[in-house]
Amino acid sequence: MKRAFQKPGRSREYGKALAREIDYLGLDSVAIVGIISLFVGAVVTIQTALNLDDPFIPAYYIAIATRESIVLEFSPTMVSLILAGKVGSNIASTLGTMRVSEQIDALEVMGVNSASYLVMPKVLASMLFNPVLIMLSMGLGLLGGYIAGNLTGVISTPDYLLGIQLGFKPFYITYALTKTVVFAFLITSISAYCGYTVKGGAVEVGTSSTRAVVSSSVAVIVANYFLTQILLGT
Amino acid sequence: MIEVQNIQKSFGAHEVLKGIDAQFEQGKTNLIIGQSGSGKTVFLKCLVGLHEPDNGAILFNDRNTAQLDQKERQLLRQEIGMVFQGSALFDSLTVEENVMFPLNMFTRMGPGEKKDRVDFCLNRVKLEGANKKYPAEISGGMMKRVAIARSIAMNPKYLFCDEPNSGLDPQTAVVIDNLVREITQEYGITTVINTHDMNSVMEIGDHIIFLKNGLKAWEGDRHEIIRSDQPDITEFVFTSELFKSIRKAQRSG
Repeated sequence: MKRAFQKPGRSREYGKALAREIDYLGLDSVAIVGIISLFVGAVVTIQTALNLDDPFIPAYYIAIATRESIVLEFSPTMVSLILAGKVGSNIASTLGTMRVSEQIDALEVMGVNSASYLVMPKVLASMLFNPVLIMLSMGLGLLGGYIAGNLTGVISTPDYLLGIQLGFKPFYITYALTKTVVFAFLITSISAYCGYTVKGGAVEVGTSSTRAVVSSSVAVIVANYFLTQILLGT
Repeated sequence: MIEVQNIQKSFGAHEVLKGIDAQFEQGKTNLIIGQSGSGKTVFLKCLVGLHEPDNGAILFNDRNTAQLDQKERQLLRQEIGMVFQGSALFDSLTVEENVMFPLNMFTRMGPGEKKDRVDFCLNRVKLEGANKKYPAEISGGMMKRVAIARSIAMNPKYLFCDEPNSGLDPQTAVVIDNLVREITQEYGITTVINTHDMNSVMEIGDHIIFLKNGLKAWEGDRHEIIRSDQPDITEFVFTSELFKSIRKAQRSG
């Protein structure tokens, strides 16, 4: 693990590797994150509207509840869990395959610090790009709520727009992005460890991939509790 | 020259190398042969630094690997080329990018210079026109040639090959053997090859070490191995009828 975060040998090559990982791990996740966020935003709005079916509760409360659910929990935590599945299995299986096919040994024999060259760009790429994904998720989640509110008529456009702005605390964005960066580190470093240390063949690569997803998901859930306690606890 | 002094290596209670001494000379193809489990791969991995020996010393032109600091070790590794059993090409990179990889990592060559060097290496292994293909799109023999081209890209002083002929048809195996020998002699490289292939032993074995149960059981060249009466050698090398008949023919003059 320590070798993975040592100073890189040739910065230019590490820069290229970082750009490649942002493409593989970040840009390739935009579609899945976008679709899920849009529909979850819509569902949260409809479900909240059904549960706030009381004439004494103003309709804009539906939008407030949608906003808080998406910004505080769905986008940073649930999307990170989805990424733990997608990115975590990708990292573990890629590194595992490289290990069993001796590609990592080939790097070592050449004199390349394989842990640093292969792991650090993945960790950095996720820590840099996941906040972008989460901001996108927040935006699309709120858009999904808006569209669903309009289509089903559970909330009017002015009420929705008022609700998503009313009493908004900018610190919640800081909280969500802080969680995202920590989760990105946990997902990529745990998955990379699982893949990098594989011994055996195809079966072990599959096992390491599963282990990476399970371990990083559990780590995200546990870290979520502690971060919430630290950042929002009184 | 590479000098190996009494190297020992164990994994837990299992003693794999029990004290091997050897010298591998420059410009010669040095072969390590032995049955599966005799310690050949562990021996080769100790030589290239993938395993740390428990005891003993490995000297690359009088540089003791155990006494080198991290920086010196990294520099030594840049003098080493290695061809792995499964080629170990980076499958996300094209043939050209694979050969260019060490140049990108360790040299300050310009793009034109690097391209020229890559073309030279690919021409040297007689592999033209495959530059833009990915490893999954080429045959096993071509992958071995790309691996050889990548291993010579940095002008290595030492070349290590782990079972370079495994999985290849006899004709391609001979091509690979000849290529390794030509490169060894042409550039004055110290080459060490791990092999099971008796054709390689007979064709390119300038210096052969036979390992048995983690010990050096025999040492000689390809002419001496045919004349050897040592039971271990006879048992291992002359198992097939073909090699028995070759031996018989050689002995009857």
